[in-house]
Formats: sequence, C-alpha cells, structure tokens
Amino acid sequence: MTRASDPTGPMMAADGTPLKTSLNRALRRQKLRALALIAPLLIFILVTFIAPIADMLFRSVENQIVSDTLPRTTEQLAEWDGDSGEIPAPEVFKALYTDIFIAQERKLHTRLGSRLNYELTGVSSLFRKSGRRVEDMGEVYQDQFEDLNDFWKDAETWNALMGSDAWLAAQTKWDGKSDVPQPQFELREEIAGVLPQTAATFEIFADFVQNEDDDNLAKEDPWALVYSALYDDLIAEPDLSGYAGPGSAELLEAMAAASTFETVDYPAAFEKIDKDWHDIEVWQTIQTYSPDFTSGYFLNAVDMKKSPDGAEMRPENEQIYIKLFVRTLIMSLVITGSCILLGYPVAWLLANLPARTANLLMILVLLPFWTSLLVRTSAWKVMLQQQGVVNDTLVWLGLVADDSRLALINNQTGTIIAMTHILLPFMILPLYSVMKTIPPSYLRAAKSLGATNWTAFWRVYFPQSVPGIGAGSILVFILAIGYYITPELVGGTTGTFISNRIAYHISSSLNWGLAAALGAILLALVLGLYWAYDKIVGIDNVKLGG
Amino acid sequence: MKLTKTLLASTALTVASGMAFADGHMASEMTIVSWGGAYSNSQQKAYHDPYMEKSGITIINDESSPEGVAKMRAQAEAGNITWDLVDLEAADAIRVCDEGLAMEIDHDEVLAAAPDGTSASDDFGDMIVSDCFIPQIVFSTTFGYRTDQVAEGVEPPKGACDVFDLETYPGKRGLNKQPIANMEWALLCDGVAYEDVYDVLETEEGQDRAFAKLDTIKDQTIFWSSAAEAIQLLADGEVFMSSTYNGRLFSAIEEQGQPIGMAWDWQMFDLDGWVVPADLPEDRLARVMDYLYFATDTQRLADQAKFISYGPARASSAPLVSTHAELGIDMAPHMPTEPSNAENTFVNNYTWWADYRDDLDSKFQAWLTQ
Repeated sequence: MTRASDPTGPMMAADGTPLKTSLNRALRRQKLRALALIAPLLIFILVTFIAPIADMLFRSVENQIVSDTLPRTTEQLAEWDGDSGEIPAPEVFKALYTDIFIAQERKLHTRLGSRLNYELTGVSSLFRKSGRRVEDMGEVYQDQFEDLNDFWKDAETWNALMGSDAWLAAQTKWDGKSDVPQPQFELREEIAGVLPQTAATFEIFADFVQNEDDDNLAKEDPWALVYSALYDDLIAEPDLSGYAGPGSAELLEAMAAASTFETVDYPAAFEKIDKDWHDIEVWQTIQTYSPDFTSGYFLNAVDMKKSPDGAEMRPENEQIYIKLFVRTLIMSLVITGSCILLGYPVAWLLANLPARTANLLMILVLLPFWTSLLVRTSAWKVMLQQQGVVNDTLVWLGLVADDSRLALINNQTGTIIAMTHILLPFMILPLYSVMKTIPPSYLRAAKSLGATNWTAFWRVYFPQSVPGIGAGSILVFILAIGYYITPELVGGTTGTFISNRIAYHISSSLNWGLAAALGAILLALVLGLYWAYDKIVGIDNVKLGG
Repeated sequence: MKLTKTLLASTALTVASGMAFADGHMASEMTIVSWGGAYSNSQQKAYHDPYMEKSGITIINDESSPEGVAKMRAQAEAGNITWDLVDLEAADAIRVCDEGLAMEIDHDEVLAAAPDGTSASDDFGDMIVSDCFIPQIVFSTTFGYRTDQVAEGVEPPKGACDVFDLETYPGKRGLNKQPIANMEWALLCDGVAYEDVYDVLETEEGQDRAFAKLDTIKDQTIFWSSAAEAIQLLADGEVFMSSTYNGRLFSAIEEQGQPIGMAWDWQMFDLDGWVVPADLPEDRLARVMDYLYFATDTQRLADQAKFISYGPARASSAPLVSTHAELGIDMAPHMPTEPSNAENTFVNNYTWWADYRDDLDSKFQAWLTQ
C-alpha cells in the first residue's frame, strides 16, 4: 500500500498518482503554456503567410472553372471519342446551348473563354461571340410559343404555372421593398412531374432573378432558354391528363402545336455563330480540361502541353521556362560566387581592424543596405549605361574607343553587377560575425610553428570561417533566385529571371494558375537545394554568429 | 489584475476609435487609382481639385494602375473592395469586364450629355469598347528620336518604319518588351498593307515574317518595360529613337526641353478610361457615380488637355481644347489626333489581341531570350 511495503511498484507522488503520470501532466501543462505564449505569432504566420501561399499554390492545379461553367456539356462530352475525327453529337451542342445561355446571363462565359484561351488561341473570342448570339437560338421557340397564345408572353402567367400556391400568395403580398426579402420561389409540385426540363430551367431562372439580380420575379419575363426547355418537354408528349393546375388548357394546346414548330438544329446554329465550333481541336481542348484538377499549368511551366495523346513538348519557338529556370540558377550561383569573392576580404578587415576603423567600415557596409533598392538599382543604371560614368571614364582614359563603348547594362553583366552589390551585405554580415569568433591567437600559433602566411590562412583560418560562407551563401543564393525588380530594370532581355515571368503572369496576363505553377517549382527547387546543402555540408555548420 | 483591466480598456478604445475612423473615412473619402506622374497630375488639376472643392469629398490618389487588373482581382476574391474608381487602358478594361470584376454601365444614364444635347454614348461613339469602360483620353504609342544624333544632311526620322532603317539612322533603338504594336509595326514596315496586318499576323508565316523583320534590329534594341524607362533612355542619349507614349514625349520635349523630336508615322492609337469595381456598397457607388458625371463631362475632358497632350475621348470636347496651362503653347498640334500627325495610324485591335495575346506573348518572350 505504501512505498515502503511495495518497493517494486511504481513511484507515487504525494497525492497518490504515479509519479510518471504526475510529471507528464506537469510537463504537458508547461508545453501548453509555452504554446499559448507563441500562439499569437503562430496564428499570425499561419493566417498571413502559410495560408495565402498554400492558397496561391493550390491554383496551379485548380481547374473547376470548366466543369462549373459548362456542367452539362462536360458531362455529355465525357462519352465523346476525341480521336474519332467527328464532331460531338447534337446532344452535346444542345447541352452547350444551355450552359452558355446560363453562363452569359451570369457573365461567366468570357472568363471561361480567357481560361481556355491559355490552351488554345482563339477560344476567347469564340466564347465572347457565342455568348452574344446564343439568345437568338432560343428565341426561335419563344416567338412560336408567343405567337400561339398570349398566355406565354407574360411573366405572371408563367409564375402561376410554375410556382406553388403558397409562394404565389406570398409573392403577391410582397410589396417589393428592398428591406423586406422577396419570398423565395417554390416550384409547383405537379408541374415537375409533367414538364421536368422546363421546371428545372425555370428554377435556375428564378434563382438567378431573385438572388443574383435582386429583381422582382413577378416582373421578369422568362429567358428564351425556358421556352426551349418547354418545347423539349412537350415534344416528348408527356401525359397531361393528370394535370389540372393553371394553364392546363394552354399546355394541351401548345403540345398539339409543338410538333408543327420550326426546330433549331443546334450543331448547325453553333456553326453559324462561328465555324470553330465544328473544329475538333476546340472540343478536344474542352474535353482535356474538363476535370476539376489539371496538370496543365505545371506542364506549361516546363514548356510542355497537354494533348489528347498525353503530354508533349511545346514547339521550339514557344519554349522559355526551362531556359529561364536554368538561367536563374546559374546567374544566382555566379552572384553568390562574386559575393563570396568580394565579401570575404571585407569581412576579414572588419573582424581584424581596430574597433574604431572597423565601426566606420561597418557603417560603409550598412549604408547601402539601408538605402532603397530602387535608388541603388537606378544608380547602377547611371553608372553602367553606355553614356554612363564608367564608360565615360574608360573613354577619357583612352582604354575604350568612343564608338565601341562597353555594354555593361541591359544584359547579364548588368544584372550580375547590380545584384552582387545589392546582396553583398547579406554575405558580409554572417561572415563577419563568424570571423569575429575566431581567436587571432590561432593564426599566431600557426605562424610560430613555422607555417607561411598562406598555409596559416588556408589550413587554420579558412576552415573556421566556412560556416560563415555557408550561411552567407544560402542567404544570398535564396534571395537571388527570387529577385525581381533589379533584373527587370537592368537585365534587358538576356538578364531577366524566372520571377519576372511570374510577375508578368500575376499582374498582366492574369494567368495565375501558370504563375502559381512556376512559383511552386521555384519553391521546390529552393527546398531541394537546401536539402542537398544539408546533406553535403550539414545545416548545423551554418552559423549566423556566436 | 489592474494590468489586465488597463489592457482591456485600451483595446476596446482602440477598436472603437478604429471603427469610428473607418466610418468617417467612408463618409468623405474616395480612393481613385491612376497611373501616377504627369498623367495623375493632369487628372488632379482637371477633375479632382474642382470636384473636391465642389463636393467637399477628399480624393485619395493611388498610383496602382500598372497592377490594377491583378489588384482588382485580388480585392474581389478577398471580398474587400478598397478602390472606388480605377483608371485602366482599354485592353485591361475589357479584361476586368470579362472577369466580372468591373461594373457594367449604362453610359447614357450615368454620364452627362454633350452641351448640344448629344447623348453620352453618341458623344463617345466608338470609344466605348466595353460595357464597363468609360473612356477619357486617346493616347498613342509613337516614336521619339534624338534631334542631336541625326547626321548632317539626313532627313530626320518620320515614324515607325525608320526604326528598321539602320543604314540611315544608326544607333540603338528602344522598343516595348511586349508584342503589342511591335508586331504590327514589323509587318507594316515589311510591306504588308494596313488592312491585312491582323490577318497576316494570325498565321504562323505572318508571325515568322514579323519576327524576321524584328530580328534585323534585335541586337541594336533595348527593350523597356515602363514608359518612364523609354524617356530616360532617350534623355540620356542611350538610344537614338524609342517608342513610348506621346504624352510622355510631350512632357520631355516641351516641359523639360530635351533635344527630342516626334516621329508620328504609324502611331498606334489606344484608349484609357475609368472602370468602376463591381459590387461596391451603395453609398460609395452613389458617390462614384456623382464624381463620374462631373469628371467625364465635355468641359472637364477638354480641361485635361491643358495639362497633357492626350486627346479627349468625347467628340464634343475636341473644339474646346486650348493652350497648355503653364507653358501657354497651343495644344492642338501636339495631339495624336491632329491631322498632320495622323496621316498613317492604326488602332490597337483589342478583340484580336484578347485572342492572340497569350500565344504571341509566349512566342515573343521566347524570341527575346533566344
């Protein structure tokens, strides 16, 4: 029962619980408290940093827009064989008519057009044009119904036919004021059984009028699309004998007349809008990009494209991204290398000069660091351009002829010079803080044991400064790989980086999916290089000071 | 305990005052987005200042138009529209309209009629290239050249085709780092008739032909990405001639006295104007509409031409264009639409570029990196 009586049992705390549990509980409480302390920062980072990045990266595979905008078409199109060489069946065109009609009411069709235009040139105007003219197709039926009987002309009679009695009563009572919500449309039960397509279409129409347009349903005439659906329902000759609600007589009359109506040949009507609708490639593109998620953006980001036969390389004259990735990596390496070459001696001086001189030197290092990036980049323009300070001096000294001034800017040289200067402090500072901790006595000891200056430096001093080089290189390289504004301003055409294309797709072409894919690849590259560095050098060897 | 109370109290106070500030902000301020520089300045003097005086509303200038489309999309996705009115080029206005980011406008209902009673939509005419777009000015992308670098006895360049003439006009050139206008110029100067340009450019061979023409000057060309850069290249004598916007050239020549001349032939007309972000709250929308009615009337559009050499988009404003507000020079000869400047012109074909921009852009960028 007590500790004394059972020495083999678990140790007990004062309150009788096992000591282990009690300790664990105390530890857990401590951990929770620590977590609570960092919680504000953690939540801040999650909300403002991780979540937006994840959201942005997610766009690189997201593709719901096609199936959301053309739900019926994509469903029908799944059965179409793209290799058959035949355009899809008339049902697909009919589904397309319904989809585009609804999409143009919601103003979504041009958006889908620009999305698909990334994959196939010309789709943008195809959708725009079709959106403008799709209404004419439905009006063929609308006119015939309206000519048959005035009953079909009126919003009120339509509502009486389609709406439930309870809703009709509520709608009549509603005074149309915006602060009282409009009673939500409710379908008459009997009608859905007799006219299923009309009922479904009318519900979409009612929902659109009431919820998206905020208009009074009692005053809005139905879309031409509703008439097409009505025609389709009636031509199937439903059993109307059981229906005795409003409009039953008119329905019977219309059903009798419907068989004599002029009909719409959807494939032909779409061809009339634009012959591209009979182009297999358009349909293949829609089919290829029907799924909710796509690898298309990633393929595009590595100069490939999706085709019916799988992924293939883009034509030679459209390949840019791999070239830009390679260029970004190589130039970042060169910049890192020149930062080491230039930064190492400066850091050594900083660490070894007497404090007063070192402080002055430190200020000289930090001063440009505090100056605006744009100012420094523009200053380099003034220095490096052909009529600039450097060239003028060289010409004055007679080193360069006036008519063959050096091209130092708007090319790779310009980017490397300007970026090396801008990133230099990120190399010097970690180097300095590591060198500061190397006792000067080591060098003296090496020399007193007979080492030459070079051996003392190379065998004793340099190995101890490597962690600083590692830290500085990682900093400079990772910063360089994502640099945007400096290459844009001084890089010309040959000195720009992949980030310039990402910026272009974010702000000009609005192809955020491609920008996200390029960004994801860049992020993966950086993480991969970091991992490789850890494996080869070891991240524990990186020191930022101390 | 006391500390907690103090903290709570001060937090509550901050939140309350923050909300009060937000309310106050809503009532009397309006954020208008434009291009900055000389252009924003002309809008400030022609529209903003008189409107602020008239209405008591403070107008905040945001110079974000270069990233306007992307930011409008971001704001719409975040559901937090902070902009009230955005100045965009026509091509971008068509984009935001397509994306549902801008509001469609009934021009006759929202805008003032011309003094003679012509309806707004007739007065603007073809300039209304999109239902969301309220045109302000016609500008053109054209060429400027260094007058001091023209060799003696040589006729100064007249227009776009002289860019390709390296023999008569040696030296570096500046061109925009995107295909629009450059492709058209290449074909026009390669002998393609004006009315066939876009048909030719649609074909693979036509594009190759344009690139081949551009190839002849590629290594002599510096490609700029902002109009200010082009002016800087000209002002520093880095290039002999460069394409850029005519208003920027005007201010470099007349206001800063740079030795630059205008070469107008085959200038490309383009439009710039307002779009209203979609889904603005009602009170803000009402204020924007009030501003728009004022700022786009015949007199105001003509007034803007006192400060910058862009043509007003209303037909009825053209006769009212007078002299520069500070320099006192007659503005008409500096307008892109002046008959002697507009002998050969073409208009940016927005719908064509909407289709071909993605395709040609990737080809153009690939061509640049080669």
